[in-house]
Amino acid sequence: MLLLEDVHTHYGKIEALHGVSVEVNQGEIVSLIGANGAGKTTLLMTVCGTPQASAGRVLLEDRDITRLPTSEIMRSGIAIVPEGRRVFPGLTVEENLYMGGFFNNRTQNEQGIRHVYDLFPRLKEREHQRAGTMSGGEQQMLAIGRALMSKPRLMILDEPSLGLAPLVIKQIFEIIAQLRDEGITVFLVEQNAHQALQLADRGYVLETGRIRLQDTGANLLANPDVQAAYLGG
Amino acid sequence: MQDLLYFCQQLINGLTIGSTYALIAIGYTMVYGIIGMINFAHGEIYMIGAYTALIAITGLATLGIAWLPLVLLVALICAVIVSSSMGWAVERVAYRPVRGRHRLIPLISAIGMSIFLQNYVHLSQGSRNIGFPALIDGGFQLGGDESFQLSISWIQITIFVTTFICMSALSVFISRSRIGRACRAVSQDLGMANLLGIDTNRIISATFVIGAALAAVAGLLLGMYYGSVDPLFGFIAGLKAFTAAVLGGIGSIPGAMLGGLILGIAEAMTSGYLSGEYKDVISFSLLILILLFKPTGLLGKPEVEKI
Repeated sequence: MLLLEDVHTHYGKIEALHGVSVEVNQGEIVSLIGANGAGKTTLLMTVCGTPQASAGRVLLEDRDITRLPTSEIMRSGIAIVPEGRRVFPGLTVEENLYMGGFFNNRTQNEQGIRHVYDLFPRLKEREHQRAGTMSGGEQQMLAIGRALMSKPRLMILDEPSLGLAPLVIKQIFEIIAQLRDEGITVFLVEQNAHQALQLADRGYVLETGRIRLQDTGANLLANPDVQAAYLGG
Repeated sequence: MQDLLYFCQQLINGLTIGSTYALIAIGYTMVYGIIGMINFAHGEIYMIGAYTALIAITGLATLGIAWLPLVLLVALICAVIVSSSMGWAVERVAYRPVRGRHRLIPLISAIGMSIFLQNYVHLSQGSRNIGFPALIDGGFQLGGDESFQLSISWIQITIFVTTFICMSALSVFISRSRIGRACRAVSQDLGMANLLGIDTNRIISATFVIGAALAAVAGLLLGMYYGSVDPLFGFIAGLKAFTAAVLGGIGSIPGAMLGGLILGIAEAMTSGYLSGEYKDVISFSLLILILLFKPTGLLGKPEVEKI
């Protein structure tokens, strides 16, 4: 589904990723964990093409997307729930969802919105409210809903649990599991390593721009190094 | 009674000029809202709109076509097409290559573009001012006595009606249409819109084209109202419209509309009660005051740091 081969990414002269290879297979949930500044977000953004990889290749469904402009990549069956949610604060919930389905026709959008409201009945209640006035959890639901609108085959989530109450986090992770059951491949970046690995089929550990470990989610959870570094011993 | 009539007369004059400031101001405010730069060549786009309309009108007159609605329609369409293409081209040539650089760089590029366009018109059309035919003349009295008559001219009514139609169309477009929604989204978070697959460059181009089209409409209207155009026609009007945009809150479309009207009324009142010489002093004093006491403008929102 998604394949990164020896990807290097630079910010100006500073290299943030030093040759990273990651594979996400069809139907999997793959979690990428790592400390602050390890390059997790950089890795995800490289997939999206901002910034572009300076070396290596990014393949989406066997198509080389390394040099494509972001807008074109994001129309190829990928959707992202970015770090910090980034809902459009001045747009209503409904308008935010329409932005997610910008390239859909009217019936696709109506179906999409119904589906999102089924997943998150809370959003239905807030339909005409400006997104910027909602709580963090609600904004996160909206960000996921917006990403779903384009009917992605691969969904990338960047720290969906950041700054949310435990109960809301639980709900968000349940939804992620549900997405996989609907056939969407999920690539998840988390600092909340415990929950991310529990949910994941496979996981990667990223340290200062390099992949340190890769294994099944369960094995990584049991790994003493991972436990010491990311699971609080 | 006479005082009231006199006041109403100034109000009508002020609303006329103010509504055209508002039309031009929208171009400044939309571009600022979306890419955070001041398009100082916008006044020139407006001036070119006025010249194009004049050329179209002259051309039709040479052909012997004098049916007023047709003449106006053709002049309007020509002005809108030429100005919009200019607006689009200016963005492509002068702004896109320097986008994302330090704030000063696009600003200087914009000033350069403004000087270039002004001089281009100087060269191609001559620097004298050229008479603009008063296509819509006459008016009627609303009341008064022998000493003072409250009057409104047809061109003023044309300006009100046209501006009202343009503003309403723009509001509906921005709030209801798919592209309008995308414009708002891009102005709130350009990077995120890009991550949704939207080609933000095209939305930015659309913004320039819409702003330029409205400026062209204002160019035709004010050309007829003032009765002449010259290559510096856009300079002061551009500054005034910019002031209007800042007054209302730059980045806010309702703000630009409100700012334009307030500025127009303030100028007309100054001309009416003080002296016409002071009207520019008053508008730019207003600009300084608003920058001192409410830099976000009347309807602008304070810039929130994104987390």
